[in-house]
Amino acid sequence: MEFISILSIFVMACFVGYYVVWSVTPALHTPLMAVTNAISSVIVVGALIAAAASGSASSKWLGLGAVVLASVNIFGGFAVTARMLAMYKKKEKK
Amino acid sequence: MEASAPNAFAALAYLISGVLFILALRGLSSPATSRRGNRFGIIGMTIAVVTTLLTHAIASLPEIAVALAIGGGIGWFTARKIAMTDMPQLVAAFHSLVGMAAVLVGWSAYLNPVAFGIAGADGLIHTQSRIEMGLGIAIGAITFSGSVIAFLKLAGKMSGAPIQLPFRHVINLGTLLGIIGLVGYFTQDQSLWVIAVVTGLSFLIGFLLIIPIGGADMPVVVSMLNSYSGWAAAAMGFTLHNTAMIITGALVGSSGAILSYIMCKAMNRSFLSVIAGGFGAVADTSGGAAKEQRPWKRGSAEDAAFLLKEAENVIIIPGYGMAVAQAQHALREMGDQLKAHGVNVKYAIHPVAGRMPGHMNVLLAEANVPYDEVFELEDINSEFAQADVAFIIGANDVVNPAAKSDKSSPIYGMPVFDVDKAKTVMFIKRSMSGVGYSGVDNDVFYMDQTMMLLADAKKMVEDIIKALAH
Repeated sequence: MEFISILSIFVMACFVGYYVVWSVTPALHTPLMAVTNAISSVIVVGALIAAAASGSASSKWLGLGAVVLASVNIFGGFAVTARMLAMYKKKEKK
Repeated sequence: MEASAPNAFAALAYLISGVLFILALRGLSSPATSRRGNRFGIIGMTIAVVTTLLTHAIASLPEIAVALAIGGGIGWFTARKIAMTDMPQLVAAFHSLVGMAAVLVGWSAYLNPVAFGIAGADGLIHTQSRIEMGLGIAIGAITFSGSVIAFLKLAGKMSGAPIQLPFRHVINLGTLLGIIGLVGYFTQDQSLWVIAVVTGLSFLIGFLLIIPIGGADMPVVVSMLNSYSGWAAAAMGFTLHNTAMIITGALVGSSGAILSYIMCKAMNRSFLSVIAGGFGAVADTSGGAAKEQRPWKRGSAEDAAFLLKEAENVIIIPGYGMAVAQAQHALREMGDQLKAHGVNVKYAIHPVAGRMPGHMNVLLAEANVPYDEVFELEDINSEFAQADVAFIIGANDVVNPAAKSDKSSPIYGMPVFDVDKAKTVMFIKRSMSGVGYSGVDNDVFYMDQTMMLLADAKKMVEDIIKALAH
């Protein structure tokens, strides 16, 4: 992909992020951090490429290390977000 | 199959992941849609991982499976076990992992550039990729060491007080310029030492940046590191030409930046002054001045229970002290009892209450306080004039009227709750000696309508509950 198209995606995504995050209710700012944490572990993609590739043993092991770190975050991040979100309840209507 | 340019299927799948991540954040606009949002996020991540595994020749599947299982197991177990009051340090720890993962990915891309499709046949890495890689590693390393310090401070394993080195601004600036210069030099010379020094200096500056920042500024720090972890992922996305990583990185980066902005605004401090640190030092000089003894009233749990029972409107203001004392469950029970007596109970949360954005909301949610009884500063501040009791538990600076009137106060200009307008103020505090994080004395202690309830927050609330039952 050309640099300019990647840059376009990046800039557009920053704007999307700006508007989407302002619409997040302040009560959910902690879950927001937990879930952004989880999704930023999409860096696992790079880790998997490194771990899967043949050619450099040290690169592979670094990649595997990154896979471990990122998957702690993926599982931990989504699980803890789900746990928090499950606690937010409305007043029971009687 | 050569792993270079991703094929059309993969590009599409990564785009879908990116869109699902946007929807995950969009879901957080209300608690009702948030759980579905989280599921979108999980689906997006699954798509990204599966796509990567399907579109790359895999030389080491068993190792990868083991790595995923180890990491996933640790993550899952931690998420199940962690106490809600420990959420700030957990988030800081997670940030550090993203940072370190970015460093490791950057390094493996450096060591095996052909696998990432970023080098020519001669093994020379493309100039543009070198910049992206260098910046990615640098941001990742700063995120890592900064988050480790934030974690240690939040977990109480290291003093929360600001630690100020002499000449730190010069050292920081020099280190930063050194990193940028070396990334520039890296485009000319792809020797190992260049990238190694960039990594080392970046670890160092992450450490130096967070060391001088004190406890109550932690919401800003945690948000800022959140932002950095996003930019690190985005930089790696540029290196790997991966849309999912770029979209996610941009989302997370802006999310953290916006949260930092909200936190700074709620303290009326500029982002730069927080990052430069030294709030504690300012407060030391003003707080160290001789204070005259002023009269204040001490109340008992019975007095408090009596007044609360007779009240019509009660507004509860929780702060970090409530989290420390783990008083949220007792507090909710007290709220229930009051409601049974026909009292209208509301909770008021300051944006910087606690150690991370939304910290108090999570604790109240954990204690089963319905979220429609919890209000933000600007939504409830006008109601204190009608409130019979403002019940302050573990908060201090966020109710200090000095922020409105005293221009010399370090917290001047910070938006605060107008508790002085309430008929009665109940202030739970451990003792009269401590004066909040900012070190500023609080006029609320000495007002005629203030009743100081000096005890551990949880114990005091439990005693009030007992007294209410009579």
